[in-house]
Amino acid sequence: MSRRLLVGYASAAVVLGIAPLFLDPYWVDVLNSVGLYALLALSLNLILGDAGLFNMGQAAFYAVGAYTAAILSTQLHVPILWALPVSGLVAALFAALVARPVIHLRGDYLLIVTIGLGEIVRIALVNDVFGLTGGANGIFGIARPSILDHKIRRPQEFFYLIWAFVALTVFLFHRLEQSRFGRALNYLREDPVAAEGSGVNTARYKLLAFALGAGWAGMTGSLYAAKMTIISPESFSFWESVVVFLMVILGGSGSIPGVLLGAALVVMVPEFFRGLASARMLFFGLVMMVMMVVRPQGLLPLRAPRFKRSDLPRAEPAPGAAPGGAK
Amino acid sequence: MEQFFQQLTNGLAVGSIYALIALGYTMVYGVLKLINFAHGDLFTLGAYLGMTLLTSLLLQDRLGTAAGLLLLAVMVMGLVAVTGAVLERAAYRPLRESPRLSAVVSALGASIFLQNALMLVYGARYQVYPDILPQNAVSLLGLTVPVVRIAVVLVSVGMMAVLYLFVQKTKVGTAIRAAAIDQGAARLMGIDVNRVIRLVFMIGPALGGAAGLLVGLYYGQVNFTMGWTYGMKAFTAAILGGIGNIPGAMVGGLLLGVIEALGAAYLSIAWKDAIAFFVLILILIVRPSGLLGERVAEKV
Amino acid sequence: MSALLELRNVTKSFGGLTAVGDVTFDVAKGSVVGLIGPNGAGKTTTFNVITGNHRADRGTITFEGRSIGGLRTHKIVTLGIARTFQNIRLFQQLSAVENVLAGRHCRTRAGLLAAMVRTPGQAREEAEAVARAMAELAFVGLEGRALELAKNLAYGDQRRLEIARALATEPKLLVLDEPAGGMNEHETDELVGLIRRIQERGITILLIEHDMSLVMRACEHIVVLEYGEKIAEGTPDAIRADPRVIEAYLGTEEA
Repeated sequence: MSRRLLVGYASAAVVLGIAPLFLDPYWVDVLNSVGLYALLALSLNLILGDAGLFNMGQAAFYAVGAYTAAILSTQLHVPILWALPVSGLVAALFAALVARPVIHLRGDYLLIVTIGLGEIVRIALVNDVFGLTGGANGIFGIARPSILDHKIRRPQEFFYLIWAFVALTVFLFHRLEQSRFGRALNYLREDPVAAEGSGVNTARYKLLAFALGAGWAGMTGSLYAAKMTIISPESFSFWESVVVFLMVILGGSGSIPGVLLGAALVVMVPEFFRGLASARMLFFGLVMMVMMVVRPQGLLPLRAPRFKRSDLPRAEPAPGAAPGGAK
Repeated sequence: MEQFFQQLTNGLAVGSIYALIALGYTMVYGVLKLINFAHGDLFTLGAYLGMTLLTSLLLQDRLGTAAGLLLLAVMVMGLVAVTGAVLERAAYRPLRESPRLSAVVSALGASIFLQNALMLVYGARYQVYPDILPQNAVSLLGLTVPVVRIAVVLVSVGMMAVLYLFVQKTKVGTAIRAAAIDQGAARLMGIDVNRVIRLVFMIGPALGGAAGLLVGLYYGQVNFTMGWTYGMKAFTAAILGGIGNIPGAMVGGLLLGVIEALGAAYLSIAWKDAIAFFVLILILIVRPSGLLGERVAEKV
Repeated sequence: MSALLELRNVTKSFGGLTAVGDVTFDVAKGSVVGLIGPNGAGKTTTFNVITGNHRADRGTITFEGRSIGGLRTHKIVTLGIARTFQNIRLFQQLSAVENVLAGRHCRTRAGLLAAMVRTPGQAREEAEAVARAMAELAFVGLEGRALELAKNLAYGDQRRLEIARALATEPKLLVLDEPAGGMNEHETDELVGLIRRIQERGITILLIEHDMSLVMRACEHIVVLEYGEKIAEGTPDAIRADPRVIEAYLGTEEA
């Protein structure tokens, strides 16, 4: 990771670390919202930005995670922090299951299918499928998380929980970028035919990307459920998927810092222009159109450079190397 | 049995509306290989414009119902067609050379923009259409069928027939078909592809606008979210028939309308809106080329 | 003794058009075989069938005694067949070394968990993969360009980069689709040398080419296709003199 980026993250961490001490609870909660959306945007970035798969149904996986946690909490009294990994797993399995039959579809068709999937999930939730989802009213009475017998209840406390998870996510996802797995996703995105022809199992990686992105969205869902203590299908509509999609595109598809910036902007800018609240979506639509013409790579398209000169060994020539090496 | 036929005719009416909208998707896709996400919102625009013009100009009182509606339809279709052309120029033309994702995002942005613009202008609630159509029913094959239902089917099918003839028999129509097959070759043959694209972005939306007007008249109310629901279903219809294939869009629309009506009546009304999505996903998995059409899967 | 690659009665049609009809030939281990023929003869389709991009309608393809028809492309790569593409399919936005690393993917194992946790085994595997990638870059003469983006490389260099990527998969059979496409005489000479050096590594080569001077110099055995059918097969001298080949190629200057 470049020095500048590390400094950037460190500064942000310091500022965020002390923020709750100076801001009133309303703004702390706004930052909580930024944190949750940042997680969603990072999860979508894996699928859309890294693997290049058009997905506009991320809200579905968010919902699956949230509802799993809610059901575990209210029906089986599982502490919410234990439910977190389970939510992620359930969402990941769900994604793997539904993505499998459609993963080979071309870009815009996959997009439509993911939109359809999102709608089907929402309709299923409203129709109280399996009798577990509480229908249009949703589920209420979800337990608050507790760490070492301390119940997390106030916005400031959620702030640290959520942002700790964000920090962990950023760390792990940067690791992924620089690994064999991350490279495979890049190859898949750049040219699936060439990737397959070079020996990358593209079908498997597409599914893995979906599952991992979904799993992370699912875990975010359980955090959301714990914070709100009430969840209903309205929070997981198509518009949520659109907003998260916008965050990724605005910030810079494939760029972790970009996506974080995108999340922050999309949540915070409307806060400063309260009067225009109803025109918010109108503005987003306009931004999407303009961005594609003016700056399609996003505001902060920082893909970490994979290798520096110092990473590369002096090549030991393979048997029968070219005479005269570099030109 | 009686119920079955009622649902069948109902399905055909709704289906013919889906077909009209589907034509817009299919024509644009045929020429640009792009899904115009904003199309559903052009349909909604037609519905709202119809309502505004109907209540302000009162053509049905001045010219009689039939002539008034005809003039109204022409005006609505014209206005929506112009909007379509503007949309193409603003949101799609600048991205001709860009990667696919850019055009997709722009299309989505345009859709969101249009939909919310309509909401801001007309409000979020359902708006009522003036009640001007005859309410009588007619006896058809031993059933009592509302005249309007038959009228909707006839009008839609009529417009589709005109379109089909236009595309098959006229020089301009042939140019459209040529551009859909191979833009580069069409350009080399002297066809002004930009003009063809502009034309397609006027005809498709015009039909969509007409469908909007029909929906307003038939159901009596409109809402800014209509574009989303009808749009998705019309798109499913286009895929069902084979995207890029004009007769396919018509067949797909009618078929989907019937499936939906029968499904809602005999399976479950709560899941009605999900039926189209299920059909869509099923078709893309099982037979992506649709009933009459093209390949959509990645050939690796 | 059975050959490394055996095609028996391979047929592939697209709609009504038979692109490849009843084609049978062998590729002997350690040899350099050329597949030539006029445009539309079915050469690239044959390659696509071998590498799993298309599925043959009829016939068998056997590699090292094992039937590979119907296998997914990446599986065929792991079995030992690597290819380059007629229209250069590099990862344009990635650097040269990252491109070659794609070839190492199937020979390394680190998965999701290892990526996040960074086990010492994973770190070692990464270092080896990078070293091997650099070695292949040096082998084709692009070591100095390791960090340059593929799209910024000269055309001839891009072709060599694609070969390096294919070599990184440790293939037993290297399938080259018009490797000299767009190259001048000097570059073509160097390519002949490169092919020879690859052969010296023990890798078998099957190539499609239109450049007859390269084919005649580099190949030991030539298979000729026309309209999807094999019309001749033999040594370069035999092919040069074959009347059917001459007729099919009416108009080719370099022979």
